[in-house]
Order: sequence, then structure tokens, then C-alpha cells
Amino acid sequence: MHGYDYGLILAFFALVLIPAPFLGRFYYRVMEGQHTWLSPILGPVERGCYRLAGVDSAVEQSWQKYTLALLAFNLAGFVLLFAILLLQGYLPLNTEQLPGLEWTQAFNTAVSFMTNTNWQSYSGEASLSYLSQMVGLTVQNFVSAATGLAVLVALCRGIGRKSATTLGNFWVDMTRATLYGLLPLCLLLALFLVWQGVPQTFAHYVHGVTMQGVDQVIPLGPAASQIAIKQLGTNGGGFFGVNSAHPFENPTAWSNLFEVASIILIPAALVFTFGHYVKDLRQSRAIIACMLALFLIGGATSLWAEYQPNPALDNASVEQTAPLEGKETRFGTTATVLWSVTTTAASNGSVNAMHDSLNPLSGMVSLVNMMVGEVIFGGVGAGLYGMLLNVLIAVFLAGLMIGRTPEYLGKKLGAREVQLLVATLLVMPVSVLVLGAVAASLPGPAAAVSNPGAHGFSQLLYAYTSAGANNGSAFAGFGANTPFHNLMLSLGMLIGRFGYILPVLALAGSLALKKTAPIGQNSFPTHGPLFVTLLTVTILLVGGLTFLPTLALGPIAEHLSMGF
Amino acid sequence: MSTLIRPALSLLLLMTLITGVAYPLVVTSVAQVAFPAQANGSLIVDAAGKVRGSTLIAQDFTGDAWFHPRPSAGAFATVASGASNLSPSNPALATRVIDDAGKLQVPGQGPVPLALLTTSASGLDPHLPPAAIAYQLARVAAARNLPASTLQALLDANTERPLVGPPVVNVLALNLALEKL
Repeated sequence: MHGYDYGLILAFFALVLIPAPFLGRFYYRVMEGQHTWLSPILGPVERGCYRLAGVDSAVEQSWQKYTLALLAFNLAGFVLLFAILLLQGYLPLNTEQLPGLEWTQAFNTAVSFMTNTNWQSYSGEASLSYLSQMVGLTVQNFVSAATGLAVLVALCRGIGRKSATTLGNFWVDMTRATLYGLLPLCLLLALFLVWQGVPQTFAHYVHGVTMQGVDQVIPLGPAASQIAIKQLGTNGGGFFGVNSAHPFENPTAWSNLFEVASIILIPAALVFTFGHYVKDLRQSRAIIACMLALFLIGGATSLWAEYQPNPALDNASVEQTAPLEGKETRFGTTATVLWSVTTTAASNGSVNAMHDSLNPLSGMVSLVNMMVGEVIFGGVGAGLYGMLLNVLIAVFLAGLMIGRTPEYLGKKLGAREVQLLVATLLVMPVSVLVLGAVAASLPGPAAAVSNPGAHGFSQLLYAYTSAGANNGSAFAGFGANTPFHNLMLSLGMLIGRFGYILPVLALAGSLALKKTAPIGQNSFPTHGPLFVTLLTVTILLVGGLTFLPTLALGPIAEHLSMGF
Repeated sequence: MSTLIRPALSLLLLMTLITGVAYPLVVTSVAQVAFPAQANGSLIVDAAGKVRGSTLIAQDFTGDAWFHPRPSAGAFATVASGASNLSPSNPALATRVIDDAGKLQVPGQGPVPLALLTTSASGLDPHLPPAAIAYQLARVAAARNLPASTLQALLDANTERPLVGPPVVNVLALNLALEKL
């Protein structure tokens, strides 16, 4: 570790944590329709949208109507994107005359972007037209993140309100999240990225001749605008196939810093938004403390593991340093590890190095981050609603231990709430273990692995974990573009997205109906160090007990076999 | 149902127009005015007006008279580029690295820098660490009949030291400077 490594880590935490309380308060004001400094500019646009869509922004919805609206909007978005990808050959802005995608790949991609996963079964510069990228993918990048934010504020209202029958209006929440929550930050980040070297043009790919006389095609496109939202919206689907490892997608150490900080900028801020909803910022600080603890445990483990030279090269006349296969020189080991931990802590899934070539235990940290449900900051909205489920589980466990009815912020948890919580606990096991086991036991699909031994198993495990957790990163040697995996991974993504959203909205509806009991002497405080510890241990235990056997077969076996 | 279908379809259309059309157009317009070189791919154009590459995209250099970039898993293909995705435990990785180290080893200069033996994530990594350039310096100096101190000065002038990342040398930029000597 050098001075610049510490500089990077400090700058990263400063960029994420210093704006969080202010941005969090801004999001609260925006989502509750209060006046902000952007209202004079965006207010007319917002009201115009409601008028054209026939939405009365003053009318709130029950949790059932909120859910139906969300599902209808997501279904419409899926159909539009699926159609664009199938038909791109007949649509404009197709400078390289690319044909439509094969249908299972188009299906997989449309599901992937609607669910905020952004698994890339395609390579952008080789398969997608400019129209597909910007009118297709970019739009879903925005609205899938806005959907996550809407679900989160619905849950916040459910916890914060007393004896209420409504959770807000999905159309209004989605619109405000997009216009105020995402668009302004994206404009700033996109222009910063162009300054650093990311292309932003509608011109054709350039045909040149290299210095030594070889023909070279230079792919271009409206890249910066898409890369900004794919980082800020925790989407992760790259404009180029190799994602933020591509020198056009992430050209400098500075672009790298801002891209990686953008991944959890909004998720960290939303923890404070929650505090405003429940009028108790101590809860926000407790949750942030737990997230930071988990982030630092994973980050330190991954850094230590990734700085170990490959033992297979011990006796070779080769520089004995941290491995560089699959890494970019301008990032080096520290920035690679910081990114691999952040992108899987959040549901981003963009990469600045190839995770397939990471040392076994650093790859394992990425897997674990996803397996615990991406609650360490997590996706936009999705991370915090996932974390709040863990908070409620921890409260329930604490209630069992002290023999009292569990309650959180004055809301008593009954049988229905606990049933819904347990339903969400099944999402990751089903999408990873059940679907992954089916894939691993069929000879055709299992042949998609490209590395021998335990690492081959890790590749398949990573793919199904990434889909279930709506992450989108990959051990990219895994040959996932087959009809089987395209469809199975789509199923995993749908279970991983709606397996959380539906119970969370039902839970929000059920909590909103409850009265708020006064917080008395006997209530278990949910803001002190004791609760933070309980929450952290709960997350590690629930995830650990479920997935430890698979980790033993994959990364742990690989680590032990390499003789570090 | 009209409370469901009309808002769903019209808001999808409106969001498409705002985030899928207006937003990229605004970014493009501002970028083309403020940062035209970067927005168009940081292209290198020669005196005859011909595009010779992009400063951000690695291109292959062979022969003793040029500094060589990192090896590329995709043979410097740009559409699409790619990585080896070899796991650290894959014997094929160690075999390749050890074979290449045998070929690149310069007697008396110590072990071969790892960056010269490993393929990057993008297949188009335009940079090398300064030490990996220094390792090639004697060869290039001999081939061009130049004093090593001249090349060392060129290397120093082309080394970028960002505060938040490792020092790097853009190999294409360095070779362009080399050609102008």
C-alpha cells in the first residue's frame, strides 16, 4: 500500500459519507413533495407529467394499489425494452447495422435491466445500437432505480405512519425519484466523465490505422450519459462489454474514484432519509454503523487476500507482487479491491477488473456481500429495504431472547409481519441454491464453466448469486449466453427482485395500519451499540448458515489448494 | 383499469423522452462544446488527417525499437475487447506467465515486471507502470542508438502520478514522443 492507496480510500469515504446526511434530507423533502431549490426548474416538468398521465398527485394508494401500479409500470417497461432489443435492426440510430438480439438473450437483458440487475449476457459495443443503449437501457436504468426508491419510501411511510391505510402514490414517487433524485446527479457525473475521457457522441465508430499499420475500429457512442446512471442508479450494465475496466468507460484514477463513490452515494444518503421519515436520526446512525462495520470487515479481508502473490509463481523469475491478471494498470490492486467490494455491497455489478481472476478469498468477499442480500448500503432503495428487513429480524430475535413482543419504533410485530419476513429470507436460498443446483446438475449448462477445479464451481455459484441478488457482476469466463442460462438467470433475477418487493410492500401496508405504542422503559433500544452488534451478527449468521457449504466447495477449497 | 394502464404507458413514454432522449442529448450538446476531443474518443490524427488511434486505447507495438504495451487477451481487438478470465488457480495462467517470463527476461535486470506478463481486464489497457517501461529501456535505446539517459528523461516526462492511483505511463503517448525525438 502506497500513499495514493490511502488517498483513494480516504477520498472514497469522504465522497460517500460527508454528503449523505444532506442528500438524505434532500431526498426526504423531494419524496414528500416539499419545496427544494430544484423545484422552480423541475416542478413544471413534474406537474406536466402528471397532467399528461392523468395522475392526481394528491391521491394516495393502498399497498395493494401501490403494488399493482409498480407491477404494471415494470411490465410495460419490460415489454418496451424487449421489443427494442429484438427489433433494433429495423430501428434508427443503428450506425453499425447490428441485427436484433436472439430472443432468449433479449429476454434476459430486458428482465435484467427492469430488475436493476444489469447482468450482461451481451457485449455493448458489438451487439447493441445507440438507440438500444440510450432509449432502451438508459431508461430502465433510471426507472428501475426509481422503483427501488419508491418501494423504500413506501416502507418508510409504513413504519413512520400511525393507523394509516395508504403508503403514498407510486406514480408520484417514481416520477420524483427519477426527476429530482437521479437526473441532476447524472448530469453532473456524465459531464465529469466526458472531461476525463469518456466518449459522448452519436458519430459512427471510427476506422483508423495504428502506428504500426494495423486496421483498428474505435467504438464510440453516447457512453458518458449511460455510465453516469449505471453507477448512480446501482444498475451496473456497461456501455462497453468489459464495463468500467474499459479505458473509454473509466479512463483515469479520478474517473474511477468518482464512479466507485457514485455506487453507494445515494444508498448511504437514503439511510438518513429513513431517519427523517421516522423522525429519529439515531436509527440512521445505527444502521450506517452496521453497514460500515460489514463493509470494513469485507474490505479489509479482500485487501489482505488480494495483495498475496500467486504461489504458483513463487519460483519463477517474476516480480513477486499482487496479481495483475484481469486488472488495469491505472487502477492497481487497491482500487480494484475497493470497487469489487463496493459493487457487490451495493447491487451495482459494474466492474473495473475481472472478478474471475481475483484471488479466491477476495472473490469470496464479493460473493458473501451478495449472499447477505446486498444490504451493506445496497442498491438504490433496495439496499435499505433489505437492511430494514434484517433490522426487523434482529428485533424479532431480541424479542424472543427477552421474552417480550418484538417492536420496532413503537410498531409491534405480529404473526403476519414475521411470516412476511420469513418469506423474504427464502429469496436468496431459492434463487441461488435451487436454481444453481439445477444448473450444476445438468451436463450441458454445467459445461459453461471455463476454469478447472473448485474455481469452476465458483463461476456457476457467482452467476446464480449475482442474478438472485440483482447484482449483475460475473466471473465473466462463465459462458452464460446460452438459452438455458439466459432463461434460468432471468428467473433468478425475477425472484430476487419481486420476491423482496411484494413482501416488503405487504409489510409496509400492514405496519402502516398499526398504532404506534409509546416507547417505554421496557422497549429494546434500536440505536445503541448493542443493537448494532446484534444486527451485524444476525446478517452474518443468516447468510453464513445458508451459504457456508457452497463457499467451502468454491473459493475456500480453491484457496486451500493453492498453497498460500 | 384505466387508472393503471394510462399512467403506466404515459409515464413510461414520458420517462423515455426525458431520460432516454432529452438527457443524452443535453449531455452530448454540452460535452461536444466543452470537451470535444474527449467526447469524440480522444483520437490521434496524423499530419495527413488520418486517424492513428485513440490515446485511451492500447495498440500493439512489436520490434525492439518500440516500447511494448501489456499483452492483450483479445489480441487488441476493439469490438469487442476482452479478458482471459483465467482463475489464479488455473495452471494455464502460471504456465503462460512462466513461458513469457523466459522470453522477456533481460539478464542483469532482475525479475520480469508482472504487468508485462499479465493480460488486463479490458484487453486495451493503454498504460504500464514506470518500472515495466524501465525494464524495456535498454532494448529500445540499443535499437535506436540513443543514450539511455534520453529515454529515461522521456519516461519521466510521460509518467502521470495521480493522487488517488498508481503512477502510470501511456505507452502509445510514449511511443509517439519517441518517434518525434
